[in-house]
Amino acid sequence: MEFADATPAAEERTAIRLDGVRIAFGQKGQPAYEAVDATSVSVDESEFVSIVGPTGCGKSTLLNAVAGLLKPAAGRVEIFGRPLAGLCREAGYLFQQDAVMPWKTALDNVALGLEIAGRPRAEALDEARLWLARVGLARFAERYPHQLSGGQRKRVGLAQVLIRHPKILLMDEPFGPLDAQTRQIMGNLLLDLWAADRKAVLFVTHDLEEAIALSDRVLIMSAGPKARIIGDHTIDLARPRDAAEIRLDPRFHELHRAIWSELRAEVVKTYGEDAA
Amino acid sequence: MSRVKLFALQALVAVVAIAIWWIGSSVKIGGVLLLPPFFFSTPADVFSRVLRMVASGAVWPHLGVTLTETALAFVIGAAGGILFGFWFARKPMVAAVFDPYLKMVNALPRVVLAPIFMLWLGLGIWSKVALGVTLVFFIVFFNVYQGVKEVSPVVLANARLMGMNDRQLFRHVYWPSALSWMFSSLHTSVGFALVGAVVGEYLGSSAGLGYLIHQAEGVFDIAGVFAGMFVLAVFVLIIDWGVTALENRLLVWRPQAPTGHD
Ligand SMILES: Nc1ncnc2c1ncn2[C@@H]1O[C@H](COP(=O)(O)OP(=O)(O)O)[C@@H](O)[C@H]1O
Ligand SMILES: [Mg+2]
Repeated sequence: MEFADATPAAEERTAIRLDGVRIAFGQKGQPAYEAVDATSVSVDESEFVSIVGPTGCGKSTLLNAVAGLLKPAAGRVEIFGRPLAGLCREAGYLFQQDAVMPWKTALDNVALGLEIAGRPRAEALDEARLWLARVGLARFAERYPHQLSGGQRKRVGLAQVLIRHPKILLMDEPFGPLDAQTRQIMGNLLLDLWAADRKAVLFVTHDLEEAIALSDRVLIMSAGPKARIIGDHTIDLARPRDAAEIRLDPRFHELHRAIWSELRAEVVKTYGEDAA
Repeated sequence: MSRVKLFALQALVAVVAIAIWWIGSSVKIGGVLLLPPFFFSTPADVFSRVLRMVASGAVWPHLGVTLTETALAFVIGAAGGILFGFWFARKPMVAAVFDPYLKMVNALPRVVLAPIFMLWLGLGIWSKVALGVTLVFFIVFFNVYQGVKEVSPVVLANARLMGMNDRQLFRHVYWPSALSWMFSSLHTSVGFALVGAVVGEYLGSSAGLGYLIHQAEGVFDIAGVFAGMFVLAVFVLIIDWGVTALENRLLVWRPQAPTGHD
């Protein structure tokens, strides 16, 4: 598929820009918990950026801020150069938890995004069938979410997000609960779909190998509270990639060693605190 | 357990119960009947009474009245419950203000309202419908309220990011969720609609199953009382089957709780 770059020259090439963002959660009777502080991130158009960090450091929180579901206490969030007000309409968000409507079939779930945008139902259903086929679920169109496996539900979620052609894709540990083989299959599926019309992707994971295999850049987030971005590594592996085979590449190992040496310290910090 | 075996066991329970009743009411043990027919009637009497009621067609108008009252009580109570459930769930302020009063009214045993409704609405069907409505309303209300409140925040965030406006959120998210909660209490609310109708009839009316039973009691016609209760029980079973069938159709999207059947 050809992707014609129709953006006017004047428009920003940076899809997501976070600048000195601080996010605090109010707690009753206690001082607010400052989950994220002084965090700056930028994702260019057509760029695939991953964030890795120890569990509980604030990765989901950061994505929620980009989506406009959370308002930062300080700092700026800009989407294509414009300050974000309210929800981010340009973003498609694949949540960490299941977010498809349990009362709709896979097909209806995928068609939903078009239907609410005012497309005739028949048209929306046709296109939804196409997307279900793309994520390998053509035979499961009439199933309800509870009749699908965890991986199949994630694929419905992916189709539901992609059918709206968002300019920005936010993904929060989308393959988290899946087994290793399924993760790699899903990784390849994602790479294929992304290669078709390169969106800006901000991908959160706790799996460093997955992050390297998929991304153009890997950001390291420090352990919370007051988590920040403490590392920014460019992944100069050639594309197209195979999410499984790329792991055998010597360059992959070099990158992994370099990033892990930084990430390790943060993971150990989180463990130390939990043990204490 | 296979369906046939289950049915055989269910039938066995009925046979044993009727056998005990029959022996107690017709075989003297140590010179006395354990279940004197004056207080307990006999299976044969009750059975022939039921047959006569059905064959003569005397029971149908009464069944029709009770069914009408039940249906009206359910529809009106459910509509009110849905309306107020949504309103309160979306307006926490309103919910907070009315909360103590709702709890007060709900704690009231509804039987005490029956005479008041008769005073207001007369001895016709509407006083019975009103009684049923006060029972159905609260069950549906609390379930719809809960259904709206308990929508998963992630599903809601997903829907809003998809660009749904308030009307679309209602149609695609709140309504299905509230409905599923309401349907999960369908057996209870339909049952209560019937209770309202029968109790209302029992306390004062000129038609309906509750009236039939009350009439029979008034003249110590125990066979008539039991026959009325039997017809009522069969009626409840049929309604309950209908509700189950409806539930299975409307809630296909929900994971089936494992059951002992099949
Ligand atoms: N609604 C909330 N209220 C209070 N604390 C929260 C809330 N959401 C998240 N946190 C805290 O913020 C930190 C970051 O959470 P999160 O972004 O979910 O981490 P993760 O990196 O695993 O996605 C955690 O310590 C968590 O306990
Ligand atoms: Mg998370």
